[in-house]
Amino acid sequence: MLCRTADDLYWVSRHMERAENTARLIDVTTRIAMLPERLDRGKAEAAPWRRALDALGAVETCQKRYGGIDADSVLDHLLLSPDNPSSIYSCLRAAREAARAQRVAITSEMYEDLNTSWLEMRGLGAASIGREGLSNILERVKSRSASFRGVTIGTLGRGEGYHFMQLGVFIERAEWAIRLLDVVGSDGDLPETGEARDTIEYFQWSALLQSLSAFETYRRLHRQSVTPAGVAEVMLLHDANPRSLQTCTHSLHQVLSTLAGDKTLEVLRQAGALSAHTRYARIDEIIADGLEPWLQNAMERLDRLGNAIHRQFMTAADATETRPQIKAPSRPPSQLQFQAQTPA
Amino acid sequence: MTQRFDEMHDDAGAPRPHYRVFDEWLRNTSGPVIQNKRHEAEIAFHRVGITFSVYGEESGNERLIPFDMVPRIVPAAEWRMLEAGLRQRVHALNLFLGDVYGEQRILHDGRVPADLVLNNAEFRREMCDLRAPGGVYSHISGIDLVRAGDGEYYVLEDNLRVPSGVSYMLENRRMMARLIPELFARQQIAPVERYPDALLSTLREAAPEGIDDPVVAVLTPGSANSAYFEHAFLAQQMGVELVEGADLFVRDDTVYARTTRGPQRVHVIYRRINDDYLDPTVFRSESMLGVPGLFGAYRAGRVTLANAPGTGVGDDKSVYPYVPEMIRFYLSEEPILHNVPTWQLRKEDDLRYVLDHLPELVVKEVHGAGGYGMLVGPASTKAEIEEFRLRILANPSNYIAQPTLSLSTCPTFVDSGLAPRHIDLRPYVLSGKRIQAMPGGLTRVALREGSLVVNSSQGGGTKDTWVLES
Repeated sequence: MLCRTADDLYWVSRHMERAENTARLIDVTTRIAMLPERLDRGKAEAAPWRRALDALGAVETCQKRYGGIDADSVLDHLLLSPDNPSSIYSCLRAAREAARAQRVAITSEMYEDLNTSWLEMRGLGAASIGREGLSNILERVKSRSASFRGVTIGTLGRGEGYHFMQLGVFIERAEWAIRLLDVVGSDGDLPETGEARDTIEYFQWSALLQSLSAFETYRRLHRQSVTPAGVAEVMLLHDANPRSLQTCTHSLHQVLSTLAGDKTLEVLRQAGALSAHTRYARIDEIIADGLEPWLQNAMERLDRLGNAIHRQFMTAADATETRPQIKAPSRPPSQLQFQAQTPA
Repeated sequence: MTQRFDEMHDDAGAPRPHYRVFDEWLRNTSGPVIQNKRHEAEIAFHRVGITFSVYGEESGNERLIPFDMVPRIVPAAEWRMLEAGLRQRVHALNLFLGDVYGEQRILHDGRVPADLVLNNAEFRREMCDLRAPGGVYSHISGIDLVRAGDGEYYVLEDNLRVPSGVSYMLENRRMMARLIPELFARQQIAPVERYPDALLSTLREAAPEGIDDPVVAVLTPGSANSAYFEHAFLAQQMGVELVEGADLFVRDDTVYARTTRGPQRVHVIYRRINDDYLDPTVFRSESMLGVPGLFGAYRAGRVTLANAPGTGVGDDKSVYPYVPEMIRFYLSEEPILHNVPTWQLRKEDDLRYVLDHLPELVVKEVHGAGGYGMLVGPASTKAEIEEFRLRILANPSNYIAQPTLSLSTCPTFVDSGLAPRHIDLRPYVLSGKRIQAMPGGLTRVALREGSLVVNSSQGGGTKDTWVLES
């Protein structure tokens, strides 16, 4: 398969996954922002929205572009803005553009499905949020993503192209497992103890689980109440959760093994090491050693793995000739600020 | 020329024998059913049309090329003549190309003026003294035919560079088979479906010597190109990679594709990029579409380009009048297909005659294409003719002139029902170890009443072309 084709397919599914996760991020933020001011001391300053941007490293960009941060500006930035290369709008456009260039490599159902998503998205504006309701729009984004995933699984032959699309999905989803944890975990403005703290924590962490469609999974796995450690475990280490870091890294390793065949590749070693790292970790040890550095480390390794995939499969190995990369897809900086949970 | 020839009806208005089955179907099918079928075709094409309109929505909607449900039907005997004529013509054209880039016998013999060829903008000096594999330069040729009022076929022009439109031939057939399958059951209609397979064989046969299992790729300028759908379609149908220039690189005169498993050698490139853009180190240096070093690899015989660079000198309008002479010279045969009588304005006598008869003639630029840069005398105003006269006088050798042919008509669905519209025919000829003409082709129809211009850029539509086997 051509490097360009592999690259395009990888980014088709990665952009779709990004769009879906951005919708989930908006969803959890909206839920958290519903707390009354008594329990959300940063409510007046739109603290939850600021934290959402922070998880993407986009506070400064948004501040500059909109002159301030509030629900409307963040929504525009994440959902509608054509100027933000990672907005849902831009993701759907990029996915559809890459698919259009690779029509030969995908099925017509896949292209038609992406085209439908894009045509729906293109018709959205700030007014549609008021008219249709934000949650309906977010539902639609998620269901468009689900539709594409289904059509892909159901129609695309299990060749290299399918594997590269899987890599795009799991790299992106793994990053979001960390990032979404960050949005909730980084609320530094919690009361130290007491009923208020319990209420806020329950509210925030269960909002996160719901946004990830993981509330039921959590309940099955943990009989006790919703706790930060429990949620972190479900999001990072549990292979029962299809969106957990462990599920993603394990799948990355499997897909890369298939692609590598009987070859020994550096990219495969990295994926295997990362998968083992999440597989054999214990949440109590992680928290005792510090959750934040652990996540930081995982994020960096994911980033390296993404680069290694690109180097191994998507750049031409021709030493005598250098040609600029045709396309440098945008991606949110993978920085992480998982702040210590102590009051400022 | 006031004679008219209709493909379906004879002068008395009765259906010709080869149209009887269709005519019967037409008469026995109610208006609403036909309406439904036309509607179905439109919807189906629109859905495929989404695939045609691969251009970004930003650049406006790509127009669908209208499809008409009345087929152009060619009787078996007529096709046998056309097929022989097409093969003969393409054979001679390939020999001509091999000659002008080699010994230049036809020029030394004075059968074709040397300066016309050697100073032609389409003559590629870089191609001299290299032998194209198998002596084939134009592997894929599209020969535009018209039938005039006298009922005779004429070759209007040859297309030896990157002839397009074959995907419409295939899509139109698929559509007709879906709309009126019973007609295919009742008649022996030659299939065209194996074209992609024949194309693949032709390309594989063109591989450099000693390569038993060549890797073939289709080279496209990219998804912004108006024919991208066809490039993708053919690559998909042949099961080969669709590559852009940046997907290939050349090392040691060998062409490689950048693949996920490292560099993979490519032996045959069906290029849908013009000569000028093929290789920035040889042709246009600013080209971003091509591959640096590609021509060197071709010269070294390490890769085959189909069609070969420099085929344009064979289909140039100034060379066209000499094709019958090529047939006599190389094959010692009389041409089976006629040329349209052509005045060459670089000749003084011809120029004088043409200037005296502009209102009745068609004048064309020798390098023009797509229906642009031409004068259709009978359809032009006095002012337009006078303006064109000045352009001719400024550079006479840039023009040829032909009588205004009354193209044959075929009934076509228009708003008011069925009405005769002018048509032409582009059959496709593949040249590998043997020369084969696909039984059928692309029939283009001028949808505007009276119009003789069938180009899709000028409001033309298409029809399925049925070659009867008996």
